[in-house]
Amino acid sequence: MKQANGTYIRPKKRFTWWLGSGNYFQYMMRELSSLFIGAFSLVMVWGLYRLSQGPAEYLLWLSNLWDNFLLFSLLCFIFATYHSITWFWVTPKAMPIQIGGKPLPGAVIIGAHIVAWLAVSVIVWCLAMGGMS
Amino acid sequence: MSVSKKPIIWSLFAAGGTITAMLTPVLVLLIGIAVPMGWLNAETFGYIEMQSFLGNPLVRLIIFGIIFLSVWHSAHRMRITVHDFGLRADMIAAYIFYSIAAIATILLAVALL
Repeated sequence: MKQANGTYIRPKKRFTWWLGSGNYFQYMMRELSSLFIGAFSLVMVWGLYRLSQGPAEYLLWLSNLWDNFLLFSLLCFIFATYHSITWFWVTPKAMPIQIGGKPLPGAVIIGAHIVAWLAVSVIVWCLAMGGMS
Repeated sequence: MSVSKKPIIWSLFAAGGTITAMLTPVLVLLIGIAVPMGWLNAETFGYIEMQSFLGNPLVRLIIFGIIFLSVWHSAHRMRITVHDFGLRADMIAAYIFYSIAAIATILLAVALL
């Protein structure tokens, strides 16, 4: 904010600085995606651990997840997808590619990653549908 | 000249980001959403089915790698995230999140290896 003598003092909003601007808000939502990705990773770790303990323990974990954590899973899905899109969006900056001395257009690098992502997703889905065995 | 370990750590972090970007949405959809929504049979994730799926040591190693990278990637980002949300206690945050990741790694190793 501008002072009477013309100097500028940056307002201190330690906890809420990201609420004012659309770009800052998007940045923080991207940051927050790590909470949901991390949480779901822990859910999978716990599930695999319960699986190693035996069928009763595993099925208890599974029914608990499906009966009580659907909303949580949906949130994880939304945030994980947001992470995927934003992660691939910056690949031309994080990983610029040159072919024959010419830089490859950013849209090509982003597009290739998105296509690969969708292909991997479809393959994993089909593998699971075909039976985990 | 001493050799920095940072490139190794950063390549693991980048690998974790790419792995989670590629796989987390479809894994969440499969494990957490598909069955309650009625898109897949619950038997897909039955005990016998999972046991035979994980019977292959290579599959267990791949699953371990995917979740290991995902857990440590998220732990590091959470450390940064709480700072951005205004919590100025980096050492405590680092200690908490890396401890959770370490415990998860041990559980995962016990379960899979």
